[in-house]
Amino acid sequence: MESRRNPRAVVDPKVRQVGFFTSSQPDSTHPIASDSTSSPSRNSLSPPPRLPRRRLPDAFPGGVSRDLLMLPGVGMDSMAAAKSSSVPPSGLTTVSVVNMPPPGLSGIISCLYCVLSAEGGKAPLVSSGSVASANYDDESRVVKAKRRAVVKQTEAKNRVELFRHLPQYEHGTQLPDLETKFFLLDPMHPAVYKVGLQYLSGDISGGNARCIAMLQAFQEVVKDYSTPPEKTLNRDLTAKISSYVSFLIECRPLSVSMGNAIRFVKNRIAKLPIMLFESEAKAALQSDIQRFISEKIVAADKAIVRHAVTKIRDGDVLLTYGSPSAVEMVLLQAHELRKKFRVLVVDSLPKLEGQLLLRRLIKRGIDCTYTHINAISYVMHEVTKVFLGASSVLSNGTVYSRVGTACVAMVASAFRVPVLVCCEAYKFHERVQLDSICSNELGDPNVISKVHGRGGINYLDGLTNNANLQFLNLMYDATPSDYISMIITDYGMVPPTSVPVIVREYQKEHLLV
Amino acid sequence: MGLLTGLMDFLEKADGNSSSRNFLEKATEKNKKNQKSMWRRSASFILDRSSNSPPMADTTQNPDAISAYYQTRAAHHGVITSDWLAQAQAAVEQPDSSVSDLGAEKSFNVIDEFNGWRKQPDLAEAVAAIRAMAAVIRASEATTMMELEIELKKASDTLKSWDKTSISLTAGCDLFIRYVTRTSALEYEDFNSAKSRLLERAEKFGEISCKARKIIAMLSQDFIFDGCTILVHGLSRVVLEVLKTAAQNNKLFRVLCTEGRPDGTGVLLSNELSKLDIPVKLLLDSAVAYSMDEVDMVFVGADGIVESGGIINMMGTYQIALVAHSMNKPVYVAAESYKFARLYPLDQKDMAPALRPIEFGVKIPAKVEVERSARDYTPPQYLTLLFTDLGVLSPSVVSDELIQLYL
Repeated sequence: MESRRNPRAVVDPKVRQVGFFTSSQPDSTHPIASDSTSSPSRNSLSPPPRLPRRRLPDAFPGGVSRDLLMLPGVGMDSMAAAKSSSVPPSGLTTVSVVNMPPPGLSGIISCLYCVLSAEGGKAPLVSSGSVASANYDDESRVVKAKRRAVVKQTEAKNRVELFRHLPQYEHGTQLPDLETKFFLLDPMHPAVYKVGLQYLSGDISGGNARCIAMLQAFQEVVKDYSTPPEKTLNRDLTAKISSYVSFLIECRPLSVSMGNAIRFVKNRIAKLPIMLFESEAKAALQSDIQRFISEKIVAADKAIVRHAVTKIRDGDVLLTYGSPSAVEMVLLQAHELRKKFRVLVVDSLPKLEGQLLLRRLIKRGIDCTYTHINAISYVMHEVTKVFLGASSVLSNGTVYSRVGTACVAMVASAFRVPVLVCCEAYKFHERVQLDSICSNELGDPNVISKVHGRGGINYLDGLTNNANLQFLNLMYDATPSDYISMIITDYGMVPPTSVPVIVREYQKEHLLV
Repeated sequence: MGLLTGLMDFLEKADGNSSSRNFLEKATEKNKKNQKSMWRRSASFILDRSSNSPPMADTTQNPDAISAYYQTRAAHHGVITSDWLAQAQAAVEQPDSSVSDLGAEKSFNVIDEFNGWRKQPDLAEAVAAIRAMAAVIRASEATTMMELEIELKKASDTLKSWDKTSISLTAGCDLFIRYVTRTSALEYEDFNSAKSRLLERAEKFGEISCKARKIIAMLSQDFIFDGCTILVHGLSRVVLEVLKTAAQNNKLFRVLCTEGRPDGTGVLLSNELSKLDIPVKLLLDSAVAYSMDEVDMVFVGADGIVESGGIINMMGTYQIALVAHSMNKPVYVAAESYKFARLYPLDQKDMAPALRPIEFGVKIPAKVEVERSARDYTPPQYLTLLFTDLGVLSPSVVSDELIQLYL
């Protein structure tokens, strides 16, 4: 297999080699490179990153050099695509389609065989978990998804290599287009469409709000649903929900809270007894969804508040970051209970979510101080406790939350200030994440090129398309469990090491319910 | 002569402190006015100055604001000071007034019963509580399970509020109530048999407690090797059992025990150990770091084990754990599983204060405050292993057990 390896003379500085792989560029890609113009997302200067290459066993018929992706399904797609269309998944050097054997069942099966047998030899990629199941550096999948897409997002031109596996779109370009389509879209339920547009424009943000909006839209869907003839309610409704979910993903990638809620809904649909009449089934589903909202979100928030206010003492100085809904409720309740404390609201560009929280706290008469995240090491010495919210808590105790949270937690632990994370149990997830890279969300890159509040200043205006400058607007980050003192959930106050226990108990409850 | 000059210096310093205090007060006030309380210095510091007396007194039904739990421990240990006697006298006279407003005769009996049981030196707090609750069941005139449950809940609340500082008391009561509610939900049988089953269970609890100590002693034998040096702090009956069993198994080891002021646990422990022919060395509390080099492991008991996996124990445990941790010596905690409590202290002051009288041997000037807390909290990162009747656990398992028990 030595012929396959061509050591590259020059390492392109832009290509950051992520993960484990050998350094070589197969010459089989050259014929493909010329077709790369069809994909607007690729700069000629920055070939996409290489996924780990595997040495294929010699048993492969034809002895063809080929690099296959991890996912057998994708392998099949690429085969099929190469066979059928003249638009190959271009530019992606990891799928080379030269010298294909006659495609057919045997080809596909042997392809699968290679994938499975070669799996032992490769280094594992960090799995992105169930939330982001599509790797966006996989061209074929992206092309397929785009064909089915309702929202035609334009991809950003200039992307950071390290985050190529995440979708990055230009924001603000599709809204007018979608608004006109509102009455034309047959397959899409208007409630879901509305929620999708609200996500897209940023009207609804925050794990709880997004989840509740989505669930309420699903309630409408169920209400208006009628089983088509020759189909069962379970399967058809599940398929419909899946299509709505992919629409929502196109508007904005799912948060973990939404993912868990969708799993719950699909679970309930699947568990519906077949003998039920359609109206009864629909009523049962709607009440289930309502129960989920009221038990897992609303009641959970109340329980969290109950536990958290016991930790607030007179004379406390509490620091909070961003605008977490759970923490806001805790602070308001503590104020109701006449506890004497003051709040330090830390905020960051570009979203400036802290200002919303600040407004609401001031209205109730709580003493507040407002600052930006650059100043936390300056103010941390007078803080007695830090309250943070979370988008999700993972099985190893890592808190996945708004970008900047990890900084706040780290500075707090350096000053030995206890960090309390308030998170409902339905947001817990059994996956494990070690860094903020493998699973994240990229926001609109253009907002970071502007200075907030001073429209006249735009030094970076002409540079958005410059090949040497890439904008990176991350939305989430992962805080390691060492910085967290306690997690407050509706199950009580637990140390970060107990999250897998709660996930386990939670699953059990789900099955019983 | 030397003592007097020492005292004079001490008093002067106290005065000096107060004058510097005044200065600080003025400075902070000016600060406040200038900056509109925008950048107050650490708020707790201000509170200490502004409020004349930090909330020290435990103003519940327990009179004199002295932790009854630690008083009892002191009584067990036989350290009786004149101060304590006077307060105990006062305490004995007060319960009538505080308890009578609860109305029912039963609650009066509960506290009495409980006090009666807890005086026995070999009985754990939680067991005393459960025996008191068993007495409530016996004396109860309820005819349905529901009524009985309500009575028990009332008795448990009374006990808990009478001594807020005792963790094993709270934990024991909670456990028993949990057991009651669980079984009554499952069995729909005859009320009398259910009642007798509850009584049986309560009686058994006492046995379980003694058995627990034996289990713990057996589990910890593997960790005591020949020729090792063990540092012990406080007088825990469980740790004593561990050491007794090790001696019976003919292990060669020696024990360093801290003096354990103000309870004087060191002397008591050394008495017990010398009866077993275990070589004992007494240390001053301040000599722990000095001797830590020659120590192989630290053994302590616990008054309570909290949800984070940390322990609440006699004052001084945190210090010893810190020193041991920095010198890479393992810290082992031996405690029964009914001491697991649903508390989660964030720092030392986050618990209900448990105060006890401290004798210095000489008269202290009136203006001088004394830190009278009887216990401290050791965070889980300084503990190596917990020996419980559930097995040898790491600190993070405590929360697991609690979640499974209370969910």
